[in-house]
Amino acid sequence: MAIEGADVIRAAAFIGAGIAMGFGAIGPGVGEGLVAARACEAIGKNPKEAGLLTRTMLVGQAVAESTGIYSLVIALLLLFVV
Amino acid sequence: MAYDIQTWGNIAAFVGGGMCMGVGAIGAAIGEGYTAAEANLAISRNAESAGDIFKSMLIGQAIAESASIFALVIAMILLFTKFSVTSYVTVCAIFAAGLSMGFGAIGSGIGAGFPAGAACTGMSRQPAMSGKLTTNMLIGSAVCQTPSIFALVVSFILLFTDFSGYPVSPGWAAMLGAGLAIGLGAIGSGIGGGVVAESSCDGIARQPLTITPVTNVMLLGQAIAQTPAILGLLISFILIYKGFPATDSLAPSMALLGSGICMGVGAIGPGIGEGIASSGGVKAIARNQEVVGVIMRSMLVGMAVAESTAIYSMVIALVMIFVA
Repeated sequence: MAIEGADVIRAAAFIGAGIAMGFGAIGPGVGEGLVAARACEAIGKNPKEAGLLTRTMLVGQAVAESTGIYSLVIALLLLFVV
Repeated sequence: MAYDIQTWGNIAAFVGGGMCMGVGAIGAAIGEGYTAAEANLAISRNAESAGDIFKSMLIGQAIAESASIFALVIAMILLFTKFSVTSYVTVCAIFAAGLSMGFGAIGSGIGAGFPAGAACTGMSRQPAMSGKLTTNMLIGSAVCQTPSIFALVVSFILLFTDFSGYPVSPGWAAMLGAGLAIGLGAIGSGIGGGVVAESSCDGIARQPLTITPVTNVMLLGQAIAQTPAILGLLISFILIYKGFPATDSLAPSMALLGSGICMGVGAIGPGIGEGIASSGGVKAIARNQEVVGVIMRSMLVGMAVAESTAIYSMVIALVMIFVA
């Protein structure tokens, strides 16, 4: 089985995409969970502000999500563009 | 230096068996240690309840131990079964079975230790709630074990399915990927389920009257925290059963291995995060059960956002399996 350079590059791109998306998903998952936990506790203490707290939670989570999206973009680039 | 295929099979079984038990021992030991530490603290606070607390500690530790017993079983099978190895796909499947169960035992072992520790602490505060705390702890710890049972199932499938008809390339990568997808994917859900159950035991001990909504929301949160492990199981089954065409090039094999790594590692964070989110919800409901609806809505929205990165991982894994 002769393996050519182009084939190895393609193989490396696949493994890289898997590693990028896999490890990139750890941080946002944990971080967004922390945000949601505090939001729930805060609503429990002050239910009247539920709307404001939910909005703040979602904005905070969206920012935490950004690194996950970067990973997704890099994975897609590795799969389809590079 | 060339070995025959039977020798490679034995090498895979012995290395896989060693890794299975070595890695599989991590989680249970941490979980049980945490339980025992909390039990000691609890007894120092309330020495009169020492009997109940001690009993609850042992029960909790026994449940946390089950994940590493699964790993022990798989390691024993790997060491003492005579596998008839006819293809390199089988060699990789044997090794992947060890990886799957070894990694798969980490999360459930750590996770099951949390509710047991919280139950011991709770008994020192509210000795009258001992019975209900033990029940809640048992339910919570049992749910924590499901990801390790998924890993056990995949291990058995990898060990006892006949892969002789599979093409070597990319079959070898599909088997390794399947083991990693559920093995690594079980870590987060096991820990996450434990974090939820810990808050629930804690909440019941502080506000015994809230036991019904707290237990219900705990079960809901634990169920959602299992979803990343279920996605890992799905990718494992696709990798094992899809049947990939033979190929001479390296890229398709690496795509399958990459999809397993992607889904497995990608499920860790969301599993833990959903557990933390749900534990916040359970705590808040224990303190203020009049607003269960509002808190639960926020909790579910937050968990859905935390799930998103697991979904991205699944999408990338599926793209690598079916498109690339």
